[in-house]
Amino acid sequence: MVTENQLLNPHHWVKAHADYLYAYTLSRINNEELAKDLVQETFLAALQRADRFEGKSSERTWLTAILKNKIVDVYRKKSSGLSNIREKEAEDEQRDFFDEDTGHWNDSNKPLPFGIEDHDPLRGKEFNQILQRCMQKLPSLWMSVFTMKHMDDAATDLICTELRVTQANFWVIIHRAKLSLRACLQKNWI
Amino acid sequence: MNHLKKVIYNCKQATLLIEKKQLTKLSFRESIELRIHLAGCSMCKLYNKQSHMISTMVFQLFHDSIQQASTAKLDDDFKKELQDRIENELNK
Repeated sequence: MVTENQLLNPHHWVKAHADYLYAYTLSRINNEELAKDLVQETFLAALQRADRFEGKSSERTWLTAILKNKIVDVYRKKSSGLSNIREKEAEDEQRDFFDEDTGHWNDSNKPLPFGIEDHDPLRGKEFNQILQRCMQKLPSLWMSVFTMKHMDDAATDLICTELRVTQANFWVIIHRAKLSLRACLQKNWI
Repeated sequence: MNHLKKVIYNCKQATLLIEKKQLTKLSFRESIELRIHLAGCSMCKLYNKQSHMISTMVFQLFHDSIQQASTAKLDDDFKKELQDRIENELNK
């Protein structure tokens, strides 16, 4: 038995969910035009498969799930092709982080205190802005893996399948993304 | 002994384990190795702290931006067009 609020009502979709879906997209893909397109595509795709809506989740949850898949498609496209050059650059940058033989931090790249480790960092607006800029510098594939894990808490298996990376490579990317972010923060904050 | 020495000096490996530990359960061996390393490496101790801080901030950043939806609203024209398109599809 399906209760009334679990039915779909496309006549109010835009009013009820468009802003939410748009903000959701923008937080993951920093491109307004692309975000608009994705919101539109989401609604149209949802109409086409409306008969498959089982009423087990709310309308918004269901729409968000469709949107999520579209965002992953964008990540996947971004992380193939030309963007690999950025990945190569980022890998080269990290070569100096550790001593080649021992794996010990090199003096020039060792972690230095940010000076805010013990305070509430969430209040540091300026620090947040630097963080955002540093994230945008990450190679697309790293950004995608990092985002799906740290933001959406997606299952590792799912991320690996969706973005076509192996389990071993997944951890390498998670590691590299954080190393890059931390180094970028150190460079731009201290 | 040689292996232990490698563990103690290898910050690259230790930082990988620090990342892994935040997202999954380490194997028994990995968790011992990390503990030995952190006991003797102040740089990785600092890295550990900063890494956790960054994860928290990233998580917060994205959840804040959802709540700040008011700053990123779609314009009314776009919305109207979109709803019209949906109605069109429904009437097909």
